[in-house]
Amino acid sequence: MEKNYHVCTGCGLLCDDIEVESEKNIINKVYTACRVGVAHMKEGKEEAIFRVDNKPVNEETAISEAASILKNAKNPLIFGLGTSTSETHKLAIELARKTNATLDDTSSFCLGSLVEALIHNKIKTCTLDDVRNKADVIIFWGADPSDSHPRHLSKYSYFPRGSEKQRGWEEERTAIAIDIRKSHTAKICGNYFFQIPPGGDTEFIDALIAGLSGKLPKTSYNYPPKKILELANILKGAKFGIVFAGLGLIYSLENLEPLFRLMKALNEKANFHLVPMVGHYNMRGFNENLFAETGYVNSVKFENDIVKHGPEYSIVESLKAKTVDAALIIGSDPLSSLPRSIAKNLFEIPVISMDPCETLTSRNAKVYINTAISGVEAGGTATRMDGTKVSFKPVVETNHPSDEAILKKIMEAL
Amino acid sequence: MTNAMELYQMLPKTNCKKCGKTSCMAFAVALMARELTPDDCPPLKDEPKYREGYEKISGLFKPSEGATETGLVVHEDLCFGCGNCVVACPVNVANDPYGVGSGNAPKNINKLILTIENGIVKAQNVGECRRFGKNKILCNGCIVTCPVEAIEFV
Repeated sequence: MEKNYHVCTGCGLLCDDIEVESEKNIINKVYTACRVGVAHMKEGKEEAIFRVDNKPVNEETAISEAASILKNAKNPLIFGLGTSTSETHKLAIELARKTNATLDDTSSFCLGSLVEALIHNKIKTCTLDDVRNKADVIIFWGADPSDSHPRHLSKYSYFPRGSEKQRGWEEERTAIAIDIRKSHTAKICGNYFFQIPPGGDTEFIDALIAGLSGKLPKTSYNYPPKKILELANILKGAKFGIVFAGLGLIYSLENLEPLFRLMKALNEKANFHLVPMVGHYNMRGFNENLFAETGYVNSVKFENDIVKHGPEYSIVESLKAKTVDAALIIGSDPLSSLPRSIAKNLFEIPVISMDPCETLTSRNAKVYINTAISGVEAGGTATRMDGTKVSFKPVVETNHPSDEAILKKIMEAL
Repeated sequence: MTNAMELYQMLPKTNCKKCGKTSCMAFAVALMARELTPDDCPPLKDEPKYREGYEKISGLFKPSEGATETGLVVHEDLCFGCGNCVVACPVNVANDPYGVGSGNAPKNINKLILTIENGIVKAQNVGECRRFGKNKILCNGCIVTCPVEAIEFV
């Protein structure tokens, strides 16, 4: 019997083997998904909500208000889109072109630079299915998938049997965690947990490169050289190694140069790949879609058919410099995630929030449009953390409009 | 957890055979294997001088009352459904190599011991567990792979 599997859009892993029991468009039971996925699938609300100035209105009023905000703005900011489908991304890029907007997503203060390096083929990468089938040495660097992507270890990276790794994790795989604290993932890695001080990643990388070429690894924080040499020996023996680079690693590096050095050194001795631990389910998709349109992965400003790019067009810098005069926030909550000193500038400009959930941003927005949860109430395509395209259909029917439908209507109203 | 010798120390040690076993040591071993309960020893239960031992032994077995036959307890408040135990369990892998054994959704859910339902691990068919039955071994696949110690054997 062929079962009807759904895709979970709870995180960047996009698990495609979820079974759902639903009745009258309400999801009752979810099988195989983790707790994050179950909460994500069940968060749908009954009534669609549209609000202007915190007063309930109908759909047309909300859309015309949103359109007039965008029309009157000289330099609106369009931000978010990590939890939207690729189809929505294309519309958002078109809308940004039309309104001469600044367009950015969370990757500008997240893993954007790493995804850009992967798009430019600066680092060797592979798919998660390759990891399951072949990987023998797995490094979680500055990442804790047990908490951020709960099924990462069980579905792909460590525990499952693969076509070339049939004896499983006990005999054929080595999981290594490099982190500043003993995370849940580090606990599973047991003796192969390497605890480094915050900000110590660059030095650890250089020590590891020294260890790989047989030199004495030195660090200013006196990490036991014996342990680094032990790690270097394991890495040298890898037939198919994989580094899962998390935010902990990227935030600690000033630029990606040390990481390039490490991957080069590793690939001289062994065979190593890298996959970024993307959090939002389609952040990598946004980077790739924007790159296809403009040649940049994030932080762009459209100005009469010219595309400008630079850190000054990222959400953080543009809010700091107060260069934007309106904001359209799609599926994101910058008021909660950005530092207060920067987020407070959002109070000074009219904000349109499109989100399936009530967030701090949506409660303080001038216009709030309650959209469908993509992947649960709306279908589309997305890009998994390893670059694989995944398409999905809605699990239940809803009266909530999708991001895509709302953006289309806003563009028509413009 | 305790061992048979510790349980024996708390028993009357009279080898009265009222429980049906040949000695108090045999009774202690049966207690460990959950074949008998402390209530099956009449002197221990009824005679006041063994009261202290009876209470101690009963207290020891209290946490396992709610457990399944193999002593498997899932702490639902801790579990977040990562599925590590489901994929690592040797019985699960043997019965469903291309489903859960390969990290995917179960293909034959009826034969599995551990499954994930609503984001929390659920135990079924515990009779299949390697810790159960005559040829039991101290398998700990589901315990060592759990990041949050949500699975316990009592």
